[in-house]
Amino acid sequence: MNTIKDIDLIRQKAQQDDADQTCIYVHMGTCGIASGAMSVLGAIKNKIKEDGAAKDVKVVTTGCAGICSQEPLITVKIPGAEPVIYKQMDEQKVLRVYESHVKGDSAVVEYALARGMEYQIKERKASAGHIPGEKVMTAEIPGIEELPFFALQELRVMRNRGLIDPAKIKDYIGRDGYQGAIKALTEMSSEEVINEAIGSGLRGRGGAGFPIGLKWKFAAAEKNDIKYILCNADEGDPGAFMDRNVMESDPHSIIEGLIIGAKAIGAHQGYIYCRAEYPLAIETLNKAINQARALDLLGENILGTGFSFDISVYEGAGAFVCGEETALMRSIEGKRGNPRPKPPFPAKAGLFEKPTVLNNVETLSNIPQIIVKGADWYKEIGTEKSPGTKIFSITGDIENVGCVEVPIGTTVDTIVNQIGIVSPDKNLKAVQLGGPSGGCIPKDYMHVAVDYETLQEYGAIMGSGGLIAMSDDKSGVDIAKFFIDFCQDEACGKCLPGREGTKQMLQILEKIDSGEGSPDDIETLKVLCGVIRKTALCALCKTAVNPVLSTLRYFPEEYQEAVKTKVEMGG
Amino acid sequence: MQAVLEFTKEQIDEVDGLIDRYGAHPSGLIPLLEKVQELLGYLPLSIQEYISEKTHISPNRIYGVVTFYSFFTMEARARHRVQLCLGTACYVKGADAMVEKIENDYQINFGESTEDGRFTFEKARCVGACGLAPVVIIDGEVFGKVTVDSLDGILEQFA
Ligand SMILES: Cc1cc2nc3c(=O)[nH]c(=O)nc-3n(C[C@H](O)[C@H](O)[C@H](O)COP(=O)(O)O)c2cc1C
Ligand code: SF4
Ligand code: FES
Ligand code: FES
Repeated sequence: MNTIKDIDLIRQKAQQDDADQTCIYVHMGTCGIASGAMSVLGAIKNKIKEDGAAKDVKVVTTGCAGICSQEPLITVKIPGAEPVIYKQMDEQKVLRVYESHVKGDSAVVEYALARGMEYQIKERKASAGHIPGEKVMTAEIPGIEELPFFALQELRVMRNRGLIDPAKIKDYIGRDGYQGAIKALTEMSSEEVINEAIGSGLRGRGGAGFPIGLKWKFAAAEKNDIKYILCNADEGDPGAFMDRNVMESDPHSIIEGLIIGAKAIGAHQGYIYCRAEYPLAIETLNKAINQARALDLLGENILGTGFSFDISVYEGAGAFVCGEETALMRSIEGKRGNPRPKPPFPAKAGLFEKPTVLNNVETLSNIPQIIVKGADWYKEIGTEKSPGTKIFSITGDIENVGCVEVPIGTTVDTIVNQIGIVSPDKNLKAVQLGGPSGGCIPKDYMHVAVDYETLQEYGAIMGSGGLIAMSDDKSGVDIAKFFIDFCQDEACGKCLPGREGTKQMLQILEKIDSGEGSPDDIETLKVLCGVIRKTALCALCKTAVNPVLSTLRYFPEEYQEAVKTKVEMGG
Repeated sequence: MQAVLEFTKEQIDEVDGLIDRYGAHPSGLIPLLEKVQELLGYLPLSIQEYISEKTHISPNRIYGVVTFYSFFTMEARARHRVQLCLGTACYVKGADAMVEKIENDYQINFGESTEDGRFTFEKARCVGACGLAPVVIIDGEVFGKVTVDSLDGILEQFA
């Protein structure tokens, strides 16, 4: 049986390991691999072997580095010198970097993205762009603190990004991983864990923004020997990939969050419900769980503390509605993922009718640090009502596509114009937030702060974090049609307003789009939105009307224009 | 027990092994069906009935699950499964042009296979590689930043 002392030893050793060795980090998320990271890895490994340099140069495979549009990325770190991040690598380029930078000590300027690594940004800023003791590679390459994409982010959930090998638990432990779980299991009562969570003000990142501490409190109050804690890794918003990123890059942070949550509510079994479209995430999670078991961080009597808890990964089978909590539970039970009316709430009767808590991936990944550093630390950034950070996956007509973590309350302008940067050949029209249940923020409202309440005022939602910059290539009607088509397709069909209502909306939108619509159709559309919002059984179709209402609100002239042709033609 | 004509004895033996592994617990049904589909390529009624008899889960429930989740298919797919991502990011980056191209070039609807049994075309909803939009997934391999012009070259690699 491993004990807390053993974990401490692993931590100390891991911290010493990398300090004075030349490392080449190859960043290998799904996007990195799709862009060719495997062949980059193969090329560099072969070369090192050929040179007989395996002892001197360590190749570390990490999760993604966050900036998909520059993949494949590598980072070269030589002791005593600034690390350099290289972009858009291929087999030839990586070998040139190896010859010139690793063997020859001079960086390849054309391929370089930045000097320094993300964890150094604060220190580099504080010391005029140069960390004492580190040799400056060449000032021609921008310092990472000068690049808004990196400098404007605040990494908490993704604090291990690009640094650890997700397949090695010792890397996570070396970055103080599992210290939160150990603290919760040995020094805190379940009530204290819950109070810390409540005190932090952390709100669910899966969309609804419900305070996690309260959710835990309700489930903790239920008397039952069997309770479950579940992680929602279904990430159904088509255009969002934050959760995938966390699972692939830092799986142990989710496992640790689940252990702490299990302690809070008194659960002994957990499930991570992950969509089948994410094979790498599923593989990474399973590996991580096995490693945690091997170190007695999961299983019977964790580290001899007397607390037992284990986790299984459950693979979804392709149904957007299964992201909804009651549907997700039916799916784990092996049934059709039909939502069911609430109450009873899952805290009372959830999975297999037992008290159950469901939390999102990103929500859970915040937890370990809240336990280690405390609620007050957590509240240092973000807004009063919504402390902390939020990860957005920013895509669409922008230059820097990727996963960005910013304090809640950051403006849309900062995210889109400074971090993302609109593509030079495009005119920004609007930013779509919250996916199929969200809405648009048009370009004249870029000052709007992204926090739960403000976004709602403007008819959008925080959602799970999909943020898509749309240029004027697409009309408001196009956007509405796209999302209604999605929801209509994904509606489970259990309730009539959901099933028939979304179908009718799609028909009307198609009619308008093809120039066959009349002004009456716009009115009917509005009425339908109201009816579905009131009467549909679950949030999928209830909120499906949001993108339509939002485009009607901000781009009414485009709808008018689309039906005008018909009127003029005498229709 | 009735024979399942479409499949070999070896395949059915493997299915039996999967049933032993996943069949006992109600929450094992979806993973079981996923593994069987991985093995056989699809889940026709005959195999659903076979699983039902062995696990004592009603055929209605199995059919209900197979038809509910988009991951499952009751028809054999062609040699290569081509999925066009139609998630939001891919849509913004022009995935609809690709859909049009496939429909025109192959005179086929999504969900169908080409007559020569080479491709099955399907629509996908975001595989999380939005950074590379628009994305096409062939037999599980992700191809990013695909254009109408580069698509043919990619398809050619799959005979
Ligand atoms: C149709 C629908 C789809 C959803 N999809 C997801 C999802 O993919 N991931 C997620 O975390 N939450 C999703 N949610 C929200 C969950 O039901 C639930 O509120 C959330 O997982 C709770 O975790 P949190 O409190 O940590 O946010 C969805 C909700 C609905 C109605
Ligand atoms: S609202 Fe839509 S998804 Fe929800 S139960 Fe009704 S039809 Fe199904
Ligand atoms: S590179 Fe990691 S999400 Fe794209
Ligand atoms: S929208 Fe196509 S991969 Fe995400």
